[in-house]
Amino acid sequence: MIIPMLPFRILVFLLSGVPFALLVFDIVTGSLGPDPGQTVTETLGLSALQLLIVTLLMTPLARWTHWSGWIKVRRMVGLFAFFYATLHLMAFLQFILGWTDLWATFTKRPYIIFGSIAFLLLIPLAVTSTKSMMRRVGRPWKPLHRLIYPAVALVWLHFIFQARSDITEMVIYGLVVVFLLGIRGYWFGWYSLIPLKAPRRS
Amino acid sequence: MLIKKRPSWALSHSDITPESVYLDRRRFMGGMVAAALAGAGVPRLVDAAAPPVQGESLKFTGAPGFSTDEKKTPYEDVIRYNNFYEFGTGKGDPAQHADEMSVDPWSVRVEGECDKPGTYALEDLVRPHDYQERIYRLRCVEAWSMVIPWIGIPLADMLKRFEPNSRAKYVYFETLYDPDQMRGQRSLFSTIDWPYQEGLRMDEAMNELSFMAVGLYGKTLPKQNGAPMRMVVPWKYGFKSIKSIVKIRFQEERPKTTWEMIAPQEYGFYANVNPAVDHPRWSQKRERRLPSGLLSPNWMETRKFNGYGEQVAHLYKGMDLTRYY
Repeated sequence: MIIPMLPFRILVFLLSGVPFALLVFDIVTGSLGPDPGQTVTETLGLSALQLLIVTLLMTPLARWTHWSGWIKVRRMVGLFAFFYATLHLMAFLQFILGWTDLWATFTKRPYIIFGSIAFLLLIPLAVTSTKSMMRRVGRPWKPLHRLIYPAVALVWLHFIFQARSDITEMVIYGLVVVFLLGIRGYWFGWYSLIPLKAPRRS
Repeated sequence: MLIKKRPSWALSHSDITPESVYLDRRRFMGGMVAAALAGAGVPRLVDAAAPPVQGESLKFTGAPGFSTDEKKTPYEDVIRYNNFYEFGTGKGDPAQHADEMSVDPWSVRVEGECDKPGTYALEDLVRPHDYQERIYRLRCVEAWSMVIPWIGIPLADMLKRFEPNSRAKYVYFETLYDPDQMRGQRSLFSTIDWPYQEGLRMDEAMNELSFMAVGLYGKTLPKQNGAPMRMVVPWKYGFKSIKSIVKIRFQEERPKTTWEMIAPQEYGFYANVNPAVDHPRWSQKRERRLPSGLLSPNWMETRKFNGYGEQVAHLYKGMDLTRYY
């Protein structure tokens, strides 16, 4: 069966936008509860993690289904993850910190440091995601984009360091991440997980 | 114990929003949300419709000397935004799952250094006392706060009936442990060693502010708020105000509390509200008074002892509160 690419792209776009649409809907209808700033920040952050994981799922899916369509939508999903991460950071600064206490927050609190580094790692990936940037970057593009591996690990740490008592949910996310990275190591060799490392010349 | 007059915060009972008004508002809001949801046809992860009003009406008198005139957090927020990890860690989980707990009949085991230990039925614990209403600020360690009209009795009045002896230096409290009724206790990866445990120094427990609540907003406590009986210790972070109490023990040595056991560097035994001592993961200088808005966040400065210094600061004279946090 041949799946037409354009409808598939549109479908992935719409699905990736669902968390955002729901959030906007909740804001408009006032159904976010008594602490909407906290809820918005948490929802955006979790959406970012989920879409990072979906991004990492594209390569295995392409391999399992022998269909390259997954790879063709990977950039879009990754950019959605970056979109949610950016909004999450903005929401945190605006709703949780109120732009106060910045120095202590970003230097003293480990979970904030993990989240911040993860976000910084994602910036070059978003910036170099266009076709023309891919051409300009050339050969190092692929090793550069392996920065998503440490980024997703740091995002996971960002979450687990905030857990207060029940870590069931984050244990499950962690297992999924370990699986998605592990299967790459198994398929492509463990060296392929190292970001910024030039590909081996044969 | 002497009750001082505090006219500046005094609030008469008539200032409270009448039940019919807040119920109407709730119905109106619920209808709006339901209509919006039906119109959009979007499946929601969280049930936005309010649960039906719970509880029986209680008879009580006002306690203006113990109340604040700050704007009260609306009923629907008080009963739908809870930390009660026995029913899940999400703020909406307790409202959704607390119904799985049965609170009638309810008894409390009293033991330790006292002359009247035993197992008491809830009715026997509360019946001899007249209920009061106290409108207290509740400051959560997570930097949000509410203002709640509690119904109950002074904790000291209840504890005195058990006749604690001279070795009773601390009083320990325990929440119900029943994984069949409390799904949070069935969780595989919970770091909490159930049951939930709390404690107070005897002089803290006997302080005039310490309160044993059986209701809020004029009705018996909703289960998610700690039915049928919970503590309210307004100058301490909310986690000290233990819910659904089944055990009270007087003891000589200081009890270990649940949060202290999980993360002693984050949660101390005293847990007094103190803007000068940050939680390691966030600042305690400010709080969001709920309900808060997105565009108009309801930030306010956090006050030492949650603003109850006049009544309780003397309990901690000479103590280094950055060490005994």
